[in-house]
Amino acid sequence: MSSRFRENIEEALFPPLVALLVALICGDLLIMSYGQSPAIVYRLLLEGTWGNAYGFGQVLYKATTLIFTGLAVSLGIRAGLFNVGAESQLAAGGFLAALLGLALSPSMPGILAVFLCIIAAIIGGAIVGAIPGWLKVRFGAHEVIVTIMLNFIVLALLNYIVAAKLHVPETLHTPEIGNGGLARLESFIPAFHGSAANLTIVVALIAAALTWIYLFKSRRGYEMRAVGLQPEAAEYGGVNVGATWMRAMVLSGAIAGLGGINYVLGYKYYYEEGFAGGSGFLGIAVALVGRNHPLGVVLAALFFATLSQGGLAIHAFVPKQMVEVLQGVVILAVAMSVPEVRAALRRARKPATA
Amino acid sequence: MNPISFLTQMIRIAVPYLFAASGGVIAERSGIISLSLEGYMLTGAFSATLGAHYSGSAWIGVLAGMFGGLIFGLIHAVASIRYRADQVVTGIAINLLAIGVTRFFLKLAFASSSNSPRVAGFGGNINAHGFDNPLLWMGLLVAPVLAFLVYRTPFGLRVRAVGEHPAAASSLGIKTSLVQYVAVAISGILAALGGVFLALDQHQFTDQMTAGRGFIAVAAVIFGRWDPVRAALACLLFAAAETLQIQLQGNQLIPSQFIEMIPYALTIIALAGVVGRAVPPAALGKAAE
Repeated sequence: MSSRFRENIEEALFPPLVALLVALICGDLLIMSYGQSPAIVYRLLLEGTWGNAYGFGQVLYKATTLIFTGLAVSLGIRAGLFNVGAESQLAAGGFLAALLGLALSPSMPGILAVFLCIIAAIIGGAIVGAIPGWLKVRFGAHEVIVTIMLNFIVLALLNYIVAAKLHVPETLHTPEIGNGGLARLESFIPAFHGSAANLTIVVALIAAALTWIYLFKSRRGYEMRAVGLQPEAAEYGGVNVGATWMRAMVLSGAIAGLGGINYVLGYKYYYEEGFAGGSGFLGIAVALVGRNHPLGVVLAALFFATLSQGGLAIHAFVPKQMVEVLQGVVILAVAMSVPEVRAALRRARKPATA
Repeated sequence: MNPISFLTQMIRIAVPYLFAASGGVIAERSGIISLSLEGYMLTGAFSATLGAHYSGSAWIGVLAGMFGGLIFGLIHAVASIRYRADQVVTGIAINLLAIGVTRFFLKLAFASSSNSPRVAGFGGNINAHGFDNPLLWMGLLVAPVLAFLVYRTPFGLRVRAVGEHPAAASSLGIKTSLVQYVAVAISGILAALGGVFLALDQHQFTDQMTAGRGFIAVAAVIFGRWDPVRAALACLLFAAAETLQIQLQGNQLIPSQFIEMIPYALTIIALAGVVGRAVPPAALGKAAE
């Protein structure tokens, strides 16, 4: 039992470690191509992120959105579905939350308004997730392509609504919501002053815990993982594969949509065109590096948030675009080493068990 | 609306799609998922700009652009074939990597975060409407040439065999991974030429100048049911919708955002099989053992 556990941990940990090593080497080369010293630049990167409260607050803020999109992607993968649509599900969630926030009366109790806006965000993401789920179950349309295409359609639709009906003149965003905002962390811990970190991080951690319970402790979650491993066998075992896929896409979309509140309710208090900017795609990286486990997703989200905030910290020495290269390198390296590590570990274990 | 100006504008918009979609067709027919067309285009555009800048020659730019696409194609190929990585993930990683690499080296080479200086390029004669650009003619020829390659040559037969049934192909002595390497390399070069066309047409590189065109090409591949000529027709159709949007500007009949949706919506409809089902190559995305 415990050796099985150790094997799982090894299979989960080796690929990210390999990727980190490869990324460090690539980073060295890029830094030296710019005529700087890697040691100094890496130290700056760490000091600007985990070394001071503001930087750490920004890491937490960026990690919050990535936890949601990472959880969304990993829940899909557990059911054997690749949701590439977290980008537009996130945007739709943020949009509906802002829309409801604008409509609610400012005299409504704040806590109730927040609750309603959170529900709106969940519904927004769930609707966008449900479409590819339905098209897959009903017509067999592959969810990867449908979610990619839907990203463009949904974002264009939201852009149209904001541009035509809702925007503040001369901007790409809606007016500020009168009610339904979430408090910044700085109002509890003054050291976070100026950073965008807000209570959404608590919602994100709760979402991660609930996802874990759902996937590993509930019957529905068990069915979902069974379908993800082998749909035909699950079907034979009495699981309704279509319903499970539908459920997975709706839940995945809902989690991604919920992520929209980090920006809309926690940071700017309005919806802005393009606010999701890449978080959906990075969610794929987070799910991959986090090995589709909620705890791994939280850690991976912190890692990618550190990279992206770290880029700003080193910008005076090396262009911040360096971290974008490193993100790509990490994803490639993890994707390439997962099957490799699994095969190598299995080979290494064989003689011991034989 | 002047039909001649409509047609010329449509063709100029279609050329990058034609190159990239052809790249997508050849890779996917060999069984390798190609969501990385956007990344190849962007790298192609940037390498072409670098080449044209340092040599002063547009043709050296073309070669450099093709080389950039080849490198990124080979990264995708090695990850997908040798390391059996998930092809959807590698495709997306290639796109992110291309954005990062082009931005970093834009800063390093030209000390700018938005655009390169003006470089050598093609065209420029106002009266020619862009038809004095040799890449435009190449773009129009690429689909028929690819159709010949795929359907009439031994290599094309191997590509199709590997994409449909790798085990059967392998039992006949075809080196499946070699065929896939070549197909993905060609795919990188072809898609890169789409980006090269953009950069040398505008005589400069601007950050993220491909602006999602690689995904329109992905849509065209699927809407064209993985066939070179049908995919090219899909490119022309999508380009026509875009031209219509540009020429109707000012006239607010249909908001531009709705025209933008057309390629993606048509692709979803095609995938759902409402008007004739789009069926991918049987072994698409399944790494050979």
